[in-house]
Amino acid sequence: MFETLTQRLGDIFGSLRGRGRITEDNVAEAMRAVRTALLEADVHVDVAADFCRTVQEKAIGAEVIKTLKPDQVVVKIVHDELVALMGPVDPRIPYASPGPTVILMAGLQGSGKTTTCGKLARMMLSHGKRPMMVAADLKRPAAIDQLEVLGQQVGVPVHAERGVQNPVKVCRNGIAEAKKLDRDVVILDTAGRLAIDDELMDEIAKVASTTTPHQIYLVLDAMTGQDAVATAKAFNERLEIDGLILTKFDSDTRGGAALSAKKVIGKPIKFMGVGEKLDALEPFHPDRIAGRILGMGDILSLVEKAQQQFDAVEAATLEKRMKSGQFSLDDFVHHMRKVRQMGSLKDIMKKIPGMGGQVEDMDIDDGELTRMEAIVMSMTTRERQNPSIIDAGRRRRIARGSGNDTEDVSAVVKTFLQTRDAMKRMAGMSMMQRMRFGSQLANMGAAGGSMPKLKSSSGVSRRVLSKKDRRKRRKR
Amino acid sequence: MGLLDRLRQGLSKTRARVAEGLRAVLPFGRKIDEGVLTDLEKALLSADMGPAMVARTIDGVRSAWKRGAVKEAQDVIPHVKSELAAMWTDDDRRIRLAPSGPTVIFVTGVNGSGKTTSVAKLAKYFKDQGKNVVLGACDTFRAAAVAQLTEWSGRIGVQIVKHQQGADPGAVAYDACEAAVARHADILLLDTAGRLHTQDHLMRELSKIHKVVERKIPGAPHEVLLVLDATIGQNAINQARVFGECVSVTGIFLAKLDGSAKGGVVMGIREQLGVPVKFVGLGETPDDVAPFDPGVFVDALFE
Repeated sequence: MFETLTQRLGDIFGSLRGRGRITEDNVAEAMRAVRTALLEADVHVDVAADFCRTVQEKAIGAEVIKTLKPDQVVVKIVHDELVALMGPVDPRIPYASPGPTVILMAGLQGSGKTTTCGKLARMMLSHGKRPMMVAADLKRPAAIDQLEVLGQQVGVPVHAERGVQNPVKVCRNGIAEAKKLDRDVVILDTAGRLAIDDELMDEIAKVASTTTPHQIYLVLDAMTGQDAVATAKAFNERLEIDGLILTKFDSDTRGGAALSAKKVIGKPIKFMGVGEKLDALEPFHPDRIAGRILGMGDILSLVEKAQQQFDAVEAATLEKRMKSGQFSLDDFVHHMRKVRQMGSLKDIMKKIPGMGGQVEDMDIDDGELTRMEAIVMSMTTRERQNPSIIDAGRRRRIARGSGNDTEDVSAVVKTFLQTRDAMKRMAGMSMMQRMRFGSQLANMGAAGGSMPKLKSSSGVSRRVLSKKDRRKRRKR
Repeated sequence: MGLLDRLRQGLSKTRARVAEGLRAVLPFGRKIDEGVLTDLEKALLSADMGPAMVARTIDGVRSAWKRGAVKEAQDVIPHVKSELAAMWTDDDRRIRLAPSGPTVIFVTGVNGSGKTTSVAKLAKYFKDQGKNVVLGACDTFRAAAVAQLTEWSGRIGVQIVKHQQGADPGAVAYDACEAAVARHADILLLDTAGRLHTQDHLMRELSKIHKVVERKIPGAPHEVLLVLDATIGQNAINQARVFGECVSVTGIFLAKLDGSAKGGVVMGIREQLGVPVKFVGLGETPDDVAPFDPGVFVDALFE
């Protein structure tokens, strides 16, 4: 299985810890590791080779600063180089005056042009603009319908001519209509086409020469492989692209296509699509994508996901409770549920820097969380506030109520107490200290397995309660 | 034009580039050396085969060279071709048909991979074989997806079961299964909404639709096809894994193979996950579909 570049480099440089300078030999070996990481991330073969040459030059003779190890120095050089190559970022859209500003969208089939048109229109509305969209995809059945639905959702008019076969004409008419309706931006949605389809490339070149758009954006799927280079090159040759929009970055793609395409055409990556909703269009972040390409995790997107789940007020309350050690099992379950809404544990852990590669081999069962929840839900309010009162009898009752063994109940209580303890200690720390502490905990977990492994294997086993038990229950 | 010719023609558009590169470095009579292997490596990587799979292939060539099974540079490509083609057994391409009643083919994939068009192609493919085909429009999410499939059903001349946009896709699947049985359909093709494999809630929804089908028609779905865009890179392996865990993918429909991309990542998927390719899509008309042919596919990587 794929291991992260960081680990790999750690192995390579492991033997020369403590020496002051990186030598040519170990850099050459490190570069092979870098190249593999880039190729795993779908960076184009030639781009990866060029990249490694540049990094090699920078790395040889680089002073190993005392606080850093050689592997970290190389990772830093690689990371900085990736950021430099994918930047600079410029998410502004240059609006023409007088308007309307004409924007032409181009790309392969299925890259996400139509959806991105809707997202752009929405973004422009929030800039105080009055965009209009033109349905010039006359190829795909019902593409016009799709753009019209998007127009309604965003609240933007759509110019469409049904039964017409000529996109040049539709675009021209669309711009004329925009002027009439006093719209200041026109977004032209064109049909998806293959870069090697000369006929269709001629057609879009003609659309461009007739409508003289102010900006031409190439929409590219972030999951694209080696072909990203050929596609970007071909479109750029025919259209003179002004910027790239990378879509579907909410997948777990490592996104090498972004680097490849940027490198070969030298045009900025303007935006990236990060979700199905129409507000899921963001300025491109080279540093985040560099981290992804290197398999270093994407902590920022994790933070963002967490922010969607936890609001600031709630976080402050939680922090207070953590500090004072008042954090109860109710809080525990409540937050466990929120975390689970962010995705599976595996997904979340993958995003943590340094965890990326290890997670693949770890056996993480989300079902355990379900069982933990069931156990907590079988406790009384008092027990949840103060788990120390749980004695053998209570433990038995909880175990029966949740369909688990008494050891499982003890394990959950123990985990909770450990967590509360850890949180109390973390509450006083800075962000950096917390991250370090967190990775220590994670290492402990990976090595010794401090996570409780509940015995009951699947689901909740139904046990018949004895009469005595039932009586006991009623009394409660 | 036969389907094979069509496939060859589609693939030939992209051959020239790699072929020229390789022929230049593998001239007649040249002995194998590490340089030959480096060139071969680059060609395979350019076809999206992925570093792990490529390293394995190159190691294979190297050991064949060391033990004398291949000697000259011009023998390298035939050797690699036969090795790669041998990965795909005949059994791989068999379509599992229902012994009686409708055969249900469940089609899934990420956004923009080409599901709806691929469903239309499969509809045409089976209709041309004289089968009675029904489509189920379970993509109720994307704007106008139902309209798109309806348009195709009209053009091809097959029946369609649909609800409004925004309806419960499981309910559509339920009705589609019922209609397929009632109308004595041979093939029921279910189109589902595109979803990224990282969207947990959407994957749960997919598994629910799958369960509805399972319960409604015993033994169904008989085939679960994952549609992959041929331009996709190594992320396809993650996709195949996650979709496989969710709905037990039985095969891949490799779409858009008429472009400049070769879809070499399916090699890695076959190797790591054992999921075969069943069909390839080669253009925009409903006729542009062919059963996967490993020989032709592998040829296209080199010729």
